Amino acid sequence: MLINLSFIILLLVLSPCSLLVKAQHQTNSLILDTCKKTPNYALCVSTLRSNPHSSTADVAGLGLILVGAVKAKSTAGLKTISELSRANPALKKRLSQCMEDYKMILSAFIPEAEQAIGGDPKFAEDGMNGIADVTAQCVKSLQGVRAPLPSTNKLVHDLSLVTVSIIRTML
Amino acid sequence: MDTYHFLPSRDLEHASSYTPLPDSPETRHEPDPDRSKTNRRPIKIVSSVLLATLIFSFVIFLLVNPNVQQVVRKKVSKNSNGEDHNKASKSPEMLGPPSRGVSQGVSEKSFRQATAEPSYPWTNDMLSWQRTSFHFQPQENWMNDPNGPLFHMGWYHLFYQYNPDSAIWGNITWGHAISRDLINWLHLPFAMQPDQWYDINGVWTGSATILPDGKIVMLYTGDTDDLVQVQNLAYPANLSDPLLLDWIKYPDNPVMFPPPGIGSTDFRDPTTAWIGPDGKWRITIGSKVNKTGISLMYKTTDFITYELLDNLLHAVPGTGMWECVDFYPVSVTGSNGLDTSVNGPGVKHVLKSSLDDDRHDYYALGTYDPINDKWTPDNPELDVGIGLRLDYGKYYASKTFYDQDKERRLLWGWIGESDNESTDLLKGWASVQSIPRTVVFDKKTGTNILQWPVKEVESLRSRSYEINDVELKPGSLVPLKISSAAQLDIVASFEVDEEAFKGTYEADASYNCTASEGAAGRGILGPFGILVLADDPLSELTPVYFYIAKGVDGNAKTYFCADQSRSSTASDVDKEVYGSDVPVLPGESLSMRLLVDHSIVESFAQGGRTVITSRVYPTRAIYSAARVFLFNNATGVSVTASVKAWQMASATLKPFPFDQL
Repeated sequence: MLINLSFIILLLVLSPCSLLVKAQHQTNSLILDTCKKTPNYALCVSTLRSNPHSSTADVAGLGLILVGAVKAKSTAGLKTISELSRANPALKKRLSQCMEDYKMILSAFIPEAEQAIGGDPKFAEDGMNGIADVTAQCVKSLQGVRAPLPSTNKLVHDLSLVTVSIIRTML
Repeated sequence: MDTYHFLPSRDLEHASSYTPLPDSPETRHEPDPDRSKTNRRPIKIVSSVLLATLIFSFVIFLLVNPNVQQVVRKKVSKNSNGEDHNKASKSPEMLGPPSRGVSQGVSEKSFRQATAEPSYPWTNDMLSWQRTSFHFQPQENWMNDPNGPLFHMGWYHLFYQYNPDSAIWGNITWGHAISRDLINWLHLPFAMQPDQWYDINGVWTGSATILPDGKIVMLYTGDTDDLVQVQNLAYPANLSDPLLLDWIKYPDNPVMFPPPGIGSTDFRDPTTAWIGPDGKWRITIGSKVNKTGISLMYKTTDFITYELLDNLLHAVPGTGMWECVDFYPVSVTGSNGLDTSVNGPGVKHVLKSSLDDDRHDYYALGTYDPINDKWTPDNPELDVGIGLRLDYGKYYASKTFYDQDKERRLLWGWIGESDNESTDLLKGWASVQSIPRTVVFDKKTGTNILQWPVKEVESLRSRSYEINDVELKPGSLVPLKISSAAQLDIVASFEVDEEAFKGTYEADASYNCTASEGAAGRGILGPFGILVLADDPLSELTPVYFYIAKGVDGNAKTYFCADQSRSSTASDVDKEVYGSDVPVLPGESLSMRLLVDHSIVESFAQGGRTVITSRVYPTRAIYSAARVFLFNNATGVSVTASVKAWQMASATLKPFPFDQL
């Protein structure tokens, strides 16, 4: 009797854990399914998971989180470029293209995406494609430059394409 | 510092820790120690059952989430040499989202993918050349959909989606301009700005209805402070003002909210209203349910309260969101346009929709039943969104209106840019409107409408050039002595050598402009046509051509294409070949008309049966270096061509001279 009871208690103790596993899986299934359709599943999942709002967001909400992530990384990128320019005056000229690109991202493309994503997503797609384009040109201009900028830039580039593909599912 | 991480290591470890592993402390839980000595075997049974249960749950977890393994591997590979092993993004086909809709006949490259190429080093000369000379565009910044076109007290009015702050979309406001002749324009102050809670996130697209007593009613979509799409009513402050400068938003807006079952962001672009047999006005609004594009029906008597009908005007599965729905009658027998409320025998109705999914405008001809408020396509296989396109190029959000002055149905269309948005920001503007087109029913085929540039555009024709009956043997290229080749109106006709044509039994039974190599893809019976915006060495050229494909059964199909693949040495512009088949009736020669205006080319085949608008951005074939050629790249047939071309003067577009009043 006591054995049966302890068996039941154990099952009760342990089952929430498996329920938790299941629950966590169910919470994230939208994220996983949505990210599967993007060109970079791992980046998509990791970016969304690192935002606590993602577990309760719908697709539009996930898109908005990603736009926010691109904005944050771009802000960091602009900061890096400014710091590098100040620290290495010789690099300043080479970095000028990327400086302009990141200013364009933050002053034009991000606001376009933020404004459009909740209303007319195809324009948010345009904005994100714009970011992918300018980060590609920033990459080219950075060849040979040793700095954290190339990897940040690649991150912004790849993340913007992930966002484009999520936005497409909202159309 | 490298700020880029793969899956934050914490999450993965936490994930696996939710399912205790077999040797974790929890499984070693011992029941009451006093019992342990006497109940060892039952305890062992209990433990093994628990162990089995746990292993079972863990296996289930893994099965349901196979990507855990994949993710773990990636993380490991990153740690081993600290490099970014983001393999997924390196494979070329992963650079953009997968294309959609091919099964419905939608173009593969129907949306612009980000290029992996760096931006071309555009110079000021190249960029300023791109501005058009006789198409409508504001002085600067972004424009999109044409709105509420109408004719009032001697003036044509055009409103349009506009961003006052930037050359990309945002802060949408209603721009306003007027014209006597649809060609020369005067810019007016904004008609409406996003200043109410119900349109603070955008004064979006809308349509005008002119009531029998002359009153003007404007219905438009507002994007509210909560990002809900609603319909609002506006009207002129002063109907006797020919300029219609000031507009009043109805104080109790919105007049329509998204109905139950319709998404709050799937409800926009109300049409011009028409009267039904019961004397009530009707409007239709595009939307979607899952992937089915639909058109909602509303009735009203006062434009303030609306009754949503149970039935839809129409719906087509798989077409996605319907934007900018347009619905209007065309005469089957006459050649004039018809007021939107006309119906009866001798009338067909065009239902048109802009598809959000692929950013193309589609239309279908059909019959409207005004008693049941339903529209049925003549040919369900060519239904809205899966059949004919209004324009096979860069063209969207088009809208017609009835020009009661000249009794014609006129069509406006938004022509966006097909270069990078970053270039648009550099040049400080984006988008033009098409030259307005008359729309009539094609009585000869019975299955098309015909679009043709309004006659007023011909007032810009100045110096003319003519050449007749030029024989173009296979592989020929004939330069035309046309100067000032960036602003042209060209009319050309082509006759295929009949003997050679009859003697060819099969010539590429199927052809597809977009999948082809453009003008460089030689076939037996095509391509042949005109090269515009070409330079002398042909390092840049924009061919507009016919291509005839002939099946084994001897039936020929003619295609009309506009080829951008070699239009520019720049790599960051659209290089698609646009086009479609065009019906050619027995006895008809092949004819095309081109309006060339710097970075826009509007191409019309067979009197407007198939139309293609292209945006072209040459870097060399600009200013005095631009040339025009006739060409025949077919291998098996000669073609006789006749061309008449006019240089086009520039239209006058300027702000209304208020100070001179």
